[in-house]
Amino acid sequence: MELEAYLRPPESPMAPYPAKVVTLATGSKMVVRQVDRSDVPILLEAIRPTLKIERDFYDIVGVRLYAELLGWYRYRVKDEFCLIGQIDGLLVGIVNSRMYSLELGISLHTLAIERGLRIGAHLFASKMEHHIEYLEQEEVLITAESPIGFRRWMIEYALEKREGQHELGGATPFALTRDLYFRNKDRLVAGERPVPLELMEIAEREIIIASEDDIMEKIMGAKRREIL
Amino acid sequence: MRPVVISGVGMIPFGRRDEDSLVDMLAAAGLRAMDDAKLGDRSIDAVYVGNMASGLFNHQVSVASALVDRLNLFPAAAERIENGPASGGSAIKNGFLAIASGYYDVVLVVGGEKMREVIGPKATDVVACMTHPETEYIYGVTLPAMAGMFARLYMDQYGVTRKHLAQVAIKNQENGLLNPYAHIQMKITMEGILTHPQAHINSPIVADPIHLYDCCPVSDGAAAVLLTSEEIAKELEAPLVRIAGVGQATDTHTLQERSDPTDLKAVTISSQKAFEMAGLEPKDIDVAELHDAFTILEIAESEHAGFFPKGGGAKALEKGETRIGGKLPINPSGGLKARGHPVGATGVAQVVELVWQLRGEAGERQVKGAKNGFSLNFGGFGNNVLAFVVRRES
Repeated sequence: MELEAYLRPPESPMAPYPAKVVTLATGSKMVVRQVDRSDVPILLEAIRPTLKIERDFYDIVGVRLYAELLGWYRYRVKDEFCLIGQIDGLLVGIVNSRMYSLELGISLHTLAIERGLRIGAHLFASKMEHHIEYLEQEEVLITAESPIGFRRWMIEYALEKREGQHELGGATPFALTRDLYFRNKDRLVAGERPVPLELMEIAEREIIIASEDDIMEKIMGAKRREIL
Repeated sequence: MRPVVISGVGMIPFGRRDEDSLVDMLAAAGLRAMDDAKLGDRSIDAVYVGNMASGLFNHQVSVASALVDRLNLFPAAAERIENGPASGGSAIKNGFLAIASGYYDVVLVVGGEKMREVIGPKATDVVACMTHPETEYIYGVTLPAMAGMFARLYMDQYGVTRKHLAQVAIKNQENGLLNPYAHIQMKITMEGILTHPQAHINSPIVADPIHLYDCCPVSDGAAAVLLTSEEIAKELEAPLVRIAGVGQATDTHTLQERSDPTDLKAVTISSQKAFEMAGLEPKDIDVAELHDAFTILEIAESEHAGFFPKGGGAKALEKGETRIGGKLPINPSGGLKARGHPVGATGVAQVVELVWQLRGEAGERQVKGAKNGFSLNFGGFGNNVLAFVVRRES
């Protein structure tokens, strides 16, 4: 136990993220909420199929997210948090991040399982909301592993380029400052609070994950295999 | 002129097709059309490929020659036909003329484009190359920007609202769900894209008043028709779906030179020519495929083609007349909005959809009893337009 204490990074107190509901283009209601360590095993199951998907760097995002969540689950990552998106209980996306210090956040990964509905964009915006509004940090360092991510984050938010290396592979870091966040908030950050009780109950009852085939299809867009 | 029959049609699902090259897609659609016609060993006289910008998108030109080689159709004549987003329509028109004149008997027309090879802004830039270089492009004008200015004027003059635009998007995406070849397979709602206080985050502004869901997606895809003389069609025992009318017209290159930029003269003239040649009127049409690259265009084209009076397109939409089951179903395929818009493929895909409809092979999106179909392929911003009337002979 004494050794374990050395292996575990110290933990800082972190404000909770209040759940919200986002109305998507389909009219579906996506509940965005924070999960805790005990939810990690089910999330890992959902991530596992993505490790085989080269398209849009899902494999890299998936494998790194898997490692980060596993690291958090086993107390090997400092001050990490994870938000998920659910529609009728079904898991449609995961984002994670961590606090480098009380002032500085490090954005880790965004994984959208359902595509074409800006779910990744909504979840990314939610984690920025958590860093800036609830954890009250000054800025968040961000990088992207895919061109889609780069366009979504760096360009849509007009992020500021920073010197040095992001902890994800040493790529160039870009920063979302408090000022930038509040300037873009109305345009990019969606969601209403409180979440209606009924929706919240469905979300918390179970994190439903799609089958491996369904996840592959949703990400690869190969719904019409029979006529391909 | 000899009658020209569409003896076979083929298409591949539109969308993002990373795994295929442009020629792979053209070949797959072409083979499907040949199989559909049960062409067997009969030779093809010519291959016309409708394609707008393979040089810019894919760093490959002379794609018609490459297609002949891929399909081993030697010594068929081969040409790529470029007419902006109306390239597919132009390719069909040229195939039609070749057979109608008696010069050829069997022509394969394939339209295709692989746009997702480049990133979105680059695709928008490539398409913007069709604008006037000195008076439009240089100022950053893109096709969405033109659609925005056009929509604003149209709204002011004819009472079209953003709700009408959203109704087009919702209708066409619902139709797309019934079309396994459609790029977008997603039902959207008025709440999600317009009326919810945060709908602007789901459907951000692109060029006021055009929002994200008012725009067609950037797609890869290909579609093909096999045109033959009527004699050969009878030998093939193909259902007699004829190209009964063809019309084409042009308008000024720049929008600013038009006395009324909301007046799509080339749409009106090309449609009139096609109807006149077919001996039909707009009221005789059972199903139409219009070029809804932006939602406003479906409304405006439906009026300029003669289906509704000016200002009547939005009203017809409100009444549900343009839905499947309505008085004149428009874009049962999902249109460009949902089927997708691989630019060179679109004009051909529209005719393929009409043939499926007229043969009664359109599955869940079938327009009951359809006998006469109309398609409109809109090039530039209405500066080069092709219209077709397609008829099923009893």
